[in-house]
Amino acid sequence: MLVLPIILPLLFMVLLIFTRRWLFFQQLFSLLSAVVLTVVSALLLTEVAKEGIMTIQLGAWPAPYGITLVADLLSAIMLITTSFVAVVVMVYSPGFIDNERQTAGYYPLVFGLLMGVNGAFLTGDIFNMYVWYEVMLTSSFVLIALGGSAEQLRGSVKYVTISFVASIFFVSAIGILYGQAGTLNMADLANKMRTWENMPYINGALMLFFVAFSVKAALFPFFFWLPASYHTPPVPITALFAGTLTKVGIYTMFRFYSLFVVQDVMFWKIFLLVIAGLTMSVGVLMAASQFDIRKILSFHIISQVGYMVMGLAIFTTNALAAAIYFTVHNMLSKTNTFLAGGLVFQRLGSYDLKYLGGLYKVAPFLALIFFIPAMSLAGIPPLPGFFGKLFLIKGGFEAGEYLITAVAIAVGFFTLFSMIKIWNEAYFKKTPEDAQKAQPVNRSAIAATTLLAAAVILLGLFAGPVMELSHQAAMQLKDPYHYINAILKQTSP
Amino acid sequence: MESVILQIAARHMRPLLVILSLVVLYRGHNEPGGGFIGGLMLGTAYILYAMAFGVAKTQSRFVFSPLNLTALGLLIAVISGLPALIAGAPFMTGGWVTLFADTVMELKLGTPLIFDVGVYLTVAGMLMLVMFSIMEE
Repeated sequence: MLVLPIILPLLFMVLLIFTRRWLFFQQLFSLLSAVVLTVVSALLLTEVAKEGIMTIQLGAWPAPYGITLVADLLSAIMLITTSFVAVVVMVYSPGFIDNERQTAGYYPLVFGLLMGVNGAFLTGDIFNMYVWYEVMLTSSFVLIALGGSAEQLRGSVKYVTISFVASIFFVSAIGILYGQAGTLNMADLANKMRTWENMPYINGALMLFFVAFSVKAALFPFFFWLPASYHTPPVPITALFAGTLTKVGIYTMFRFYSLFVVQDVMFWKIFLLVIAGLTMSVGVLMAASQFDIRKILSFHIISQVGYMVMGLAIFTTNALAAAIYFTVHNMLSKTNTFLAGGLVFQRLGSYDLKYLGGLYKVAPFLALIFFIPAMSLAGIPPLPGFFGKLFLIKGGFEAGEYLITAVAIAVGFFTLFSMIKIWNEAYFKKTPEDAQKAQPVNRSAIAATTLLAAAVILLGLFAGPVMELSHQAAMQLKDPYHYINAILKQTSP
Repeated sequence: MESVILQIAARHMRPLLVILSLVVLYRGHNEPGGGFIGGLMLGTAYILYAMAFGVAKTQSRFVFSPLNLTALGLLIAVISGLPALIAGAPFMTGGWVTLFADTVMELKLGTPLIFDVGVYLTVAGMLMLVMFSIMEE
């Protein structure tokens, strides 16, 4: 059961490579595969919610030596959100990406990416985590350059370079930890860190990890690659990246913080709070100065990630639960705004706000399916962004972190400003005279965006039960002994 | 550029390298060798051939294109993990059978060997894919 989210994408990928010339089969099969993945993740989520943390030892090698796969609630929640985003992107892609790109390996690569992302969510071994990161990155390198337009290549050079540098940091940290502790099993390592007094170099290794993951998650000093590369590939690829890739970095930080930050807790808390505050405010301020829809949204990825790190840094159960809920909301709403931006492009042939306008009049439905996720990101009730921010701010106040909470509230206003800006410029103002003539928009692309917008609304309406689930996930994170015991207990005789 | 010396060498080296790669593949589990290095050798055999006779002629000899070979390798690697699932053990648990035990012909076969075959094909396919695209430029 636990291996299925990893081997299914691999099998799908292999089949899609064999059939890469049959366009229609590729489109249909990848949609079905994504649906199958979602069903599997849903089953996994219900089982984890019922039975508690699930583990498996690959190849039956016992825990500190072999590779552990482990699913707790956080992993399961991330898995199902990722596969749902994949379903939506698979519905959207055939109507948006040109046939040349589609037959050049787009679909197999998407499943390669999903395999890496799912692997990173499930693994319980740090080196294995690194391998999944590489699987995911390699697929994303090709996806971002797929088609090879000059702009794309310019973006992908930056993306590939910075990702490699991050990988170097990742491996160095793994090397240091392995030299010190002699184990890379995450549960075993967490256990050792709790019993050894003053394990040397531990903060150094954790800081190297932090750099590696913050590059992936686009946190404050290391975010610059994201707005420089994310707007270059076709929109479904960007949407998939925004919905899944950056969130893997966040997931890993949650996992590592919960397991490994046992010494110098105060240092890490303050450090992460400062990073979170800076990430939020710098992202939102830079977004305000942009005029390309995709760039505005890219900078908003950064600012939103800051909220998640804020919840992590406060590290009370309520704040963590809010951060998890917020992550789910962000994966859906962010993908949705990107997809809606793609529809604008199909309709008017540009992403630049200067050449857009009047969409509200000519295409009210397109306006609506942008309006929902945009207002959700801005935090307007009763959409999920509102609840996410509300609970985060509540968690911040309860923990007495007034400064970061004030920053979060202020950033919320600026987010609203940016979303209103896109809304005013693209949808509300009069069509500029030099705008291109309106083009018909693909129906399946509209259907996909509508589906996602509906999911965003549902996430807001059912905020109670989802929040309850995130609360349980947060409790598992808060008390990592469950996680450690679930892995190590099995192997002790 | 056509070189007679290279062509004759490549023609004779190719079967030798293929056989050698299979030997390296088989002994790989417990001794130096294995799927990766064997795959490199297999790839080298055909790259040498392509250098002597050109990419087009080399590719016309394949039943599988290099990309399909890579995919086939991945498929075999995944399949090698499945017998364990059927037996109720965790994915990828190794299972072994020994044929002709205690004779000169003793042959140990197991799922890790199948996995290695997968790696072998994947590496060879990938190597050829990359090299052929560069050589065609």
